[in-house]
Amino acid sequence: MRRLVLIAVLALVAVPLGRAGVTQGKQLYGEYCVACHGANGMGANGGETGFGPGRSERVQERLGPPLRGVGALAADFYLRTGYMPLRESGKQPRRSRLLLSEPQIDALVAYVASLGQGPKVPTPRPERGSLSDGQRLFTDHCAGCHQVVAEGGYLSGGVAPPLEEATSTQIAEAIRIGPYIMPRFSTRDLSPQEVNSIVRYVQWAKHPDDRGGWAIGHLGPVPEGLVTWFLAATTLVAVCILLGKRLRHE
Amino acid sequence: MSRAKALLVSAATLVFARRRRPTLKPGERERIVVPEAPAGYDAELVAIWLFLASAACAIGFVVVYALDRLPAHTQLLGLALGLSLAFLAAGLVVMAKRLVPNEELEEDYPEQEHTAEQERIAQVVEESGLTRRRLLLGALGAAGGSLGLALLAPAASLGPAIHMARFYLTPWRRGTRLVDEQNRPLRADEIEEKNFYTAFAEGADKERLPSSLVVVRLRRDQLDLPPGNAGFDADGIVAYSKICTHAGCAIALYRAPLFEPTDPKPALVCPCHYSTFDPSSGGTVTFGPAGRKLTMLPLEIDPKGFLRARGNFDEPVGPSWWGVRLKGPTT
Repeated sequence: MRRLVLIAVLALVAVPLGRAGVTQGKQLYGEYCVACHGANGMGANGGETGFGPGRSERVQERLGPPLRGVGALAADFYLRTGYMPLRESGKQPRRSRLLLSEPQIDALVAYVASLGQGPKVPTPRPERGSLSDGQRLFTDHCAGCHQVVAEGGYLSGGVAPPLEEATSTQIAEAIRIGPYIMPRFSTRDLSPQEVNSIVRYVQWAKHPDDRGGWAIGHLGPVPEGLVTWFLAATTLVAVCILLGKRLRHE
Repeated sequence: MSRAKALLVSAATLVFARRRRPTLKPGERERIVVPEAPAGYDAELVAIWLFLASAACAIGFVVVYALDRLPAHTQLLGLALGLSLAFLAAGLVVMAKRLVPNEELEEDYPEQEHTAEQERIAQVVEESGLTRRRLLLGALGAAGGSLGLALLAPAASLGPAIHMARFYLTPWRRGTRLVDEQNRPLRADEIEEKNFYTAFAEGADKERLPSSLVVVRLRRDQLDLPPGNAGFDADGIVAYSKICTHAGCAIALYRAPLFEPTDPKPALVCPCHYSTFDPSSGGTVTFGPAGRKLTMLPLEIDPKGFLRARGNFDEPVGPSWWGVRLKGPTT
């Protein structure tokens, strides 16, 4: 009986607390997101006009996707990487300084999650993954764009960002979302266990043990070759010239 | 005939019968000795110390090698070996420049010995017509001609000239199922949007160029297939050869826009030279060095829901060459 009462009291306290988060989130949504994503996350459709932060007064069509059903996962990813709020619509979202504070992000994530049924924020366990599996999976699925130690790269129409600042959760989220022009991977393509391995590899790749010493940005054979040619070859030629100098007749 | 013989004789004379300089006996001629390096420091001592340092570093290498698990093990190994070689080189330089006597010798040409024979050879050369000028020009011509041939030879790589039939062969025919890397047949309902899949012809050698496909699903309203490829999709699923038509790399990148009005269009991208193909319009080239469209395979869904080929590719598979469009793909 006592326990029941305790649970009831806790529930009474918890519900308004959760609500408070959602209400605050709704306010923030009105402030930062509604211009592009539309009222109640319905998406802003063609013909509607939008004036949002950082944008000029021109009318833009189809500004942002609807957010119903994207779940806490997408909101958490876009807000905690600083991808959103977007400074200028129509540009690729890039990692940037966070505009919102931690509690504000929590509230906004709660609000977006309340808009419809969607995936929760994943909790990857890199310690359960295997580094070698992770390397193999990363090479197969990710390295084509993100480079083999996740230094990032360019492709036609977009930038594959470096993953130096990506947290474990963000990596797991991005795999499921496929932000911007990245393909997305379902649990059938990459199981949670495989994601654990990939996360473990990406975390390792932030500070790979450079057996050779000087990493030269981990960019691979081209800069390494340049260093060899411009530094080592110059030194060797200089030494050869010195050696070949004859003693002058006195 | 005799002219050719004379030519051969004179060439052989030129190559083999040239007289070598006789070796100089000691004390035969005057020796001009470059004076020794100025005294003032003990070159011997310097060289000895350098050699000892080299030996110490080499032993250091062995020690570091034996002591596994040192921090920066590789770097220490490199440093020890590098310093050892550097000290050895420095010691050798000191030795060569300061310690070894350095002399310049001079000698006159010796007297001619077989005057009569030499005159005869000169006569043969003159009769053969093999003048100095002609020989030089001939050698120059040989060098130039061979170099030109060498420069032209890579043109053979522009494409096969004789046995072209095998380049048009593919393992695909109507009804061939699409399987994944584990030979599991692909089902149409497994193919999701914004994701891409590698598929192979069932029962075919996966290593062969025309076996591999890249499969993506597009919304039907996104599809804009040209008349030649009309109906190649199976409920929005399209399949292309995974081999880039530029240099034959595997198409390993899929540009899958999350939000299309603002993001770039879907595209299949080759990581080698960034050739970019539009999967919604039959694989047309939208960017990069590829010279022709990506080869498309018509698909159908069988009653059990498996993906099957509905025929062969629309164009020959693989990197392009001069005759790539001479024939269509065959089974």
